[in-house]
Amino acid sequence: MTKSELIAKLANENPHLFQRDVERIVTTIFDEITNALAQGDRVELRGFGAFSIKERGSRVGRNPRTGEAVDVGEKFIPYFKTGKQLRERLNPTD
Amino acid sequence: MTGKTVTRAQLGESVYQEVGLSRNESADLLETVLNHMGDALTAGETVKISSFGSFSVRQKGERVGRNPKTGEEVPILPRKVLVFRPSQVLKNRINEYRRPGDGA
Repeated sequence: MTKSELIAKLANENPHLFQRDVERIVTTIFDEITNALAQGDRVELRGFGAFSIKERGSRVGRNPRTGEAVDVGEKFIPYFKTGKQLRERLNPTD
Repeated sequence: MTGKTVTRAQLGESVYQEVGLSRNESADLLETVLNHMGDALTAGETVKISSFGSFSVRQKGERVGRNPKTGEEVPILPRKVLVFRPSQVLKNRINEYRRPGDGA
């Protein structure tokens, strides 16, 4: 499922809304999650999962072509932990 | 960096402020979005949100684990796990604030 398929589905289920508004709603949700993470906040959607950022410390990497050592600065990566309820839905026998 | 936790309430409020719907309907739509994503993933589909990232389900095989307290070996059953792959746009957004002046 892509973002546009998700929007189409919501628009179908909500004929009283303009497609353009449905698009703004979906975009707002993901933009707000992005903004929160960019500020260093966590986003917890209980039952679905939680987004947070993790630090990757600086390290010495290597240029794979030349084998030359290069310093790779610290960076932050977004991380998603699946919520309990969704995890259980994926594994119904557990 | 404020270190807060954003929840459904704040996301619902953002939706409410963005579109002229009631708070209730905004919250319901947020819930519906999450449910549709969960349904697709449960059905084994990948969910791709452009400029945000993609969620996919990966099948993990059985392996032998160990109870860290007792050292006892226990089988870890095959299971499905959800993997989130952030898009390059999201990765860049997260690093741009944190490395001001760093050209890398």
